[in-house]
Amino acid sequence: MRLVQGNEAIARGALYAGARFYAGYPITPSSEVAEECSVVLPRMGGMYIQMEDEIASIAAVVGASLAGAKAFTATSGPGFSLMQENLGFAVMAEVPCVVVDVQRSGPSTGLATKPSQADVMQVRWGRHGDQAIIALCPASVRECFELTVQAFNFSETYRTPVVLVADEVVAHMRESLRVPEEGELAIIDRKKPSVPPSEYKPFEADEDGVAPLAAYGSPRVFHVSSSMHGPEGFSNNDPANAARKIDRIHRKLDMHRDEIVMTRSFDADDADVLVVAYGITVRASRAAAREARSKGVNAGVLQLQTLWPFADNEIRRAAAGARRVIVPEMNYAGQVAGEVQRVLGPERDIRGVNSYNGQILWPRDILETIMA
Amino acid sequence: MWCPGCGNGIVLSALLRAFEELAYSNEETVVVTGIGCWGKADDYVVTNGFHGTHGRALAFATGMKAFNPRLNVVVLMGDGDAVTIGGNHFIHAARRNIDVTAIVVNNFNFGMTGGQVSATTPLGMATSTTPYTNPERDFDICALADVAGANYVARATPWHGFELEANIREALRKKGFSVVEVMSPCPTHYGKYNRMGTPVEMLRKIREMVLPHEEYARLGPAQKKSYFPTGKLVDRDEPDFNTRYDEVRSRAMKD
Repeated sequence: MRLVQGNEAIARGALYAGARFYAGYPITPSSEVAEECSVVLPRMGGMYIQMEDEIASIAAVVGASLAGAKAFTATSGPGFSLMQENLGFAVMAEVPCVVVDVQRSGPSTGLATKPSQADVMQVRWGRHGDQAIIALCPASVRECFELTVQAFNFSETYRTPVVLVADEVVAHMRESLRVPEEGELAIIDRKKPSVPPSEYKPFEADEDGVAPLAAYGSPRVFHVSSSMHGPEGFSNNDPANAARKIDRIHRKLDMHRDEIVMTRSFDADDADVLVVAYGITVRASRAAAREARSKGVNAGVLQLQTLWPFADNEIRRAAAGARRVIVPEMNYAGQVAGEVQRVLGPERDIRGVNSYNGQILWPRDILETIMA
Repeated sequence: MWCPGCGNGIVLSALLRAFEELAYSNEETVVVTGIGCWGKADDYVVTNGFHGTHGRALAFATGMKAFNPRLNVVVLMGDGDAVTIGGNHFIHAARRNIDVTAIVVNNFNFGMTGGQVSATTPLGMATSTTPYTNPERDFDICALADVAGANYVARATPWHGFELEANIREALRKKGFSVVEVMSPCPTHYGKYNRMGTPVEMLRKIREMVLPHEEYARLGPAQKKSYFPTGKLVDRDEPDFNTRYDEVRSRAMKD
């Protein structure tokens, strides 16, 4: 047990999950992930490589993953924007990889050292074209570790990129962390093909919606393409094939959404006032809810550990008996509040508590709206 | 799928013959492409294939080779991929000396999108987006690779098929970053906009643009401006990225 920074916990979690390749470009407030990897990976026979920009970083991660590595990168909003095109490639070509986005205050360079939670929609919709993605969001140093492990597990299980959406405060704060023993947390490796090399089709999915993935250099020769492709990986412009592909990259996550969507409940079940929170804001929300209870208002918190796919069912369930739902978040537009409104309907009393000046939300900010 | 008179087929057949002569196995070889006419070449190979995003082929290839040094990684890029949108990756791949081979087909314009200006379109030439001629200067791909630190740099044309194949073979054999630039005709677009005649006439014009580097070296400074040298231009044996990284690993493990 020792005090560990969130970014270090992310790096440790990645290594615990089996990551052996990191390619990245330094950016505040994520750079400690890179620094930690540059120390530890070469000692383990892995590789840290600093690329020329974030476009190249995610590209190298994708390349290494297809060569068999568990690979990842870490960045912040501006770098994440640059990664979008090749992240879309990873969705299209179904390449397992993990991208850490430590959110900072924007737009543009913005308040480069200050936190925000304004990348929620960029994570979901920032790429062109139809696509689905998994995004997880830690609220503590322990979750930085555990959700990074989970991010790799989802990525390997569903052959899809996963974004770990942290924020500057979670990434830079220090909390005690007991690193689990080897074997304590489940580690999942991607499904390997078992058919003979001549029969291997890299995009032919099993019943679970996921196609086994070989590695370059293995006996199974295969082809991967950014262009619309058929099961064998070569270009295919047939409309029926295109529809099948787009359906499948959505369906493989839809059919497993109950395993992917993770929430935590803090007195949410009997709450008259439900706070839906994610990331560092969960901490202030929990303090505010406790304070409200001591003042006679039954408040509770539903934490979204999974941001995408969105926790529609879990929110609907938790909010069933609530007269008011509050969504505190560090962005102007209420990016998650809008989703909550979509889930619960326009007639429900949903209130945002928003900070967009680089300052975190305090319990008193949230308490005010609970008690109002 | 390439147009009549395109050089791509000649370059691809030279590459495949080189694979055969070097006994490359399909399993341990990855052909990586970007986007463009030459970027379709991966569809015609039976090795592992990777068709990526525009300009980023070298960055994807870097990840593959860095993680698995046993792979033969060959990157096929046009002038758009290599030195226009992807110029940054090109110079950094050379600086890093990653052990991949880049075969750059330079047809002086963006063929697939209809013949627009590229970073290798010479000053004063016409394209679909420089109808009053190009106001910008062109990159010299080989010079760029040289100063950025590539271990092997050669220039060839589809006219010189045997030399092209020999250069590709040498580039594949060379450890470290190697580049073969192939100056190639695009009669459909670049040739049409600049009235370069039939495909054969255009190929002949490209032959007239180049001189073997030994002959080129004997020219005076003024004459040199009229030609590009061909053949092996750079041949070094600096340690490649993976060799250097193995040293990093040994230091880290002793730490």
